Amino acid sequence: MAVDEKLVNDIVRAVIEQLKLAGVSVKDTEPEVFDTESSMLMTDITSRECKSVPLLKNPKDPEALKRMMRLTTARIGVGSAGARLKTQTLLTLRADHALARDAVIMDVDQKVLENLNLFTVQTCCKDKNEYLTRPDLGRKLSIEGAAAVRERCVKRPDVQLIVADGLSSTAINANIMNVLPMLNDGLTAAGLKIGTPFFVRFGRVAVEDQIAELVGAKVVCIFVGERPGLGSAESMSAYLVYNARVGMPEARRTVVSNIHKDGITAVEAGAYLTDLIQKILSAKASGVELQN
Amino acid sequence: MPDILSVGIDIGTSTTQVIFSRLMMENTSGYFSVPHVSIVDKDVVYKSEVYLTPLKTNVLIDTDKVRDIVSEEFRKAGFTPKDTKSGAVIITGESARKENSDAVLAKLSDFAGDFVVSAAGPDMESVIAGKGSGAFEYSMNEHCTVVNLDIGGGTTNIAVFDDGEVIARGCLDIGGRLICVDRQMHVTKLSPAARAVSEDAGIDIRENEKVSAYDLKKITDRMADLIFDFLKGKKSRILSQIKTPGSSDFEVGKAIDCICFSGGVADGIYHEKSDLFQFDDIGIMLGKSIRTSGLLTAYQLIRAGETIRATVVGAGTYTTTISGSTITYTKDIFPLKNIPVLKLNASEQSACFLGHQKEVSDRVRWFMAQSDAPLIILAMDGIKNPSYAQVRIAAGCIGQVMDECLEKKQPVIVVIKNDIAKAIGQLIYQYLKGRRQVVAIDSIAVDEGDYVDMGKPVMNGMVVPVVVKTLVFG
Repeated sequence: MAVDEKLVNDIVRAVIEQLKLAGVSVKDTEPEVFDTESSMLMTDITSRECKSVPLLKNPKDPEALKRMMRLTTARIGVGSAGARLKTQTLLTLRADHALARDAVIMDVDQKVLENLNLFTVQTCCKDKNEYLTRPDLGRKLSIEGAAAVRERCVKRPDVQLIVADGLSSTAINANIMNVLPMLNDGLTAAGLKIGTPFFVRFGRVAVEDQIAELVGAKVVCIFVGERPGLGSAESMSAYLVYNARVGMPEARRTVVSNIHKDGITAVEAGAYLTDLIQKILSAKASGVELQN
Repeated sequence: MPDILSVGIDIGTSTTQVIFSRLMMENTSGYFSVPHVSIVDKDVVYKSEVYLTPLKTNVLIDTDKVRDIVSEEFRKAGFTPKDTKSGAVIITGESARKENSDAVLAKLSDFAGDFVVSAAGPDMESVIAGKGSGAFEYSMNEHCTVVNLDIGGGTTNIAVFDDGEVIARGCLDIGGRLICVDRQMHVTKLSPAARAVSEDAGIDIRENEKVSAYDLKKITDRMADLIFDFLKGKKSRILSQIKTPGSSDFEVGKAIDCICFSGGVADGIYHEKSDLFQFDDIGIMLGKSIRTSGLLTAYQLIRAGETIRATVVGAGTYTTTISGSTITYTKDIFPLKNIPVLKLNASEQSACFLGHQKEVSDRVRWFMAQSDAPLIILAMDGIKNPSYAQVRIAAGCIGQVMDECLEKKQPVIVVIKNDIAKAIGQLIYQYLKGRRQVVAIDSIAVDEGDYVDMGKPVMNGMVVPVVVKTLVFG
């Protein structure tokens, strides 16, 4: 919504006149009006650059404050307006929250999946609402989904790679196109038999167990979007299991979390997982059993 | 806790020392993340006594005697050369000459085993001493600017730390043994730098002639003032005369909060001494002059954790860093020693990530012709969050260029600042189809002209100990 600058200025002037008449002393300066077009609308208040500027007025040691702010994504150095948050802090919080909600509710970009040649299957959840309220259904492929996997996937691979939306489609959109090709190159160079990768809509981590059984994979590795916080909506995890079985203990999963631009970057994660998968194959173990 | 045993050997103008320290390592990332190994603690486990540096002539080190000292200290500390995974030999002050360093490194090669042998110029020595003295840590803990002055026999090594970062380095030819006297106050040694300062102070002093304590005090007072001038950024003819060759121009660009002293002369600054000529030189007197100079009122004085041992402790505990925890090495070809660094600048790096082979290849050929080394490190800052396509193009470019430029069988070695080395290393190796071994490590910052040593991998092969150094000899 554009603000009529002239109108605002006129109103402010009128108010000042009235105040003066009432005997209140007012500094005679040009009233300040936000230049809405160039500053407020153009900056992304959720961006790192924007958040790194302290809102606290007159800090005792500005350098120290900036140093502390560099060390954390927590909202420090934001100051306050009386006992409340400043407007910008409140707006940033709401914008971050909106990003998190979007990440959960949106679907993964179809183009990303097409570029990677991933076909899509669905779990037993019929929509996002059911997916969010029924975790059990997100761990099971639909009948059609299971049939598609049986029909289209290479059987008995060394490694089956799966992508699922999990709780952040944004995370998948941001990272998967840089992880999968890295892994594909590395595993191929290692001479491993790679399964047919695909995408699971409304998928949770443990759906990998059923898929591993369906295709007879030695190692299964699923990429899922992590539940977004107010810090990052782009974080992705990989869960790997050797010889996965439905109903097995969770302790058998090896997890690599925090794959995003400020954590371990996607390409480096792909390179790391290449080695990790080979380690799991040679140890014939994953999760806690691999650590020991 | 897993650790690396590191040895530090400092051969200075007047003293030689050995220390052993343990660098504790820990995987500080959680169970659910990619490992992140870092050095979490440093513990000096053995300190030798302070030996006088054995000399053959005024400047040439008696390398056989140095060897005896080192081997005796290994025995006393209960270690063998095999135990040490890393470490540094540092040749400092007036001993830092090419003929000395070559001879010492040759003599100590038996102790080398897996351990990394290094050597320093005046700049690096300044930083090492400031880390060993505790000035570096103080600046980090207190978030302030600290200058460390390591005043030894021949030189004053100066480093300024701002919140754990080195912001200025420099070195002056001012030290406790620039003038030596005998008990009858005859001058037995007068270095060129001391002669210059004496002239500047208007004192006529000559070798083999008598000198008064009063005149010597005038000279050391002048030395203290010159150090103060140097810190204040003053320029003068005498200051440029006594600036150690090969040291940096000293520009701080920030107010200095605190001052810290290390080196042999430091004891005379922190403590009042009764016998001014206990060591037959001007060391104690220089300390006294500094104590009463403007230096102690202009800056807040802090206590050094180590004084005379600062350099050797710094050498043993701070020269070794470790690589990032996601790296590539296709074969254990370590240790690698004295590999010269070619650092791609920003525009060369973008050429590399765009696959413009010609620009990178011209640069590599030029560097290899200049350095005459069979093996080089290709270094760059790298991109923070590169795409797969970018990494693949860069890896292809590096693989192709290095394959053309290096002699057969020589490995491709890449050092990157951003955490992307494992990806680039894997793709380079795939590109070369196993024709060459590949070492790609990250989280290490290097500059063009540096030399790098890499030790054997530690922590189940996850990380590689690295020493980055600048070889500068007069």
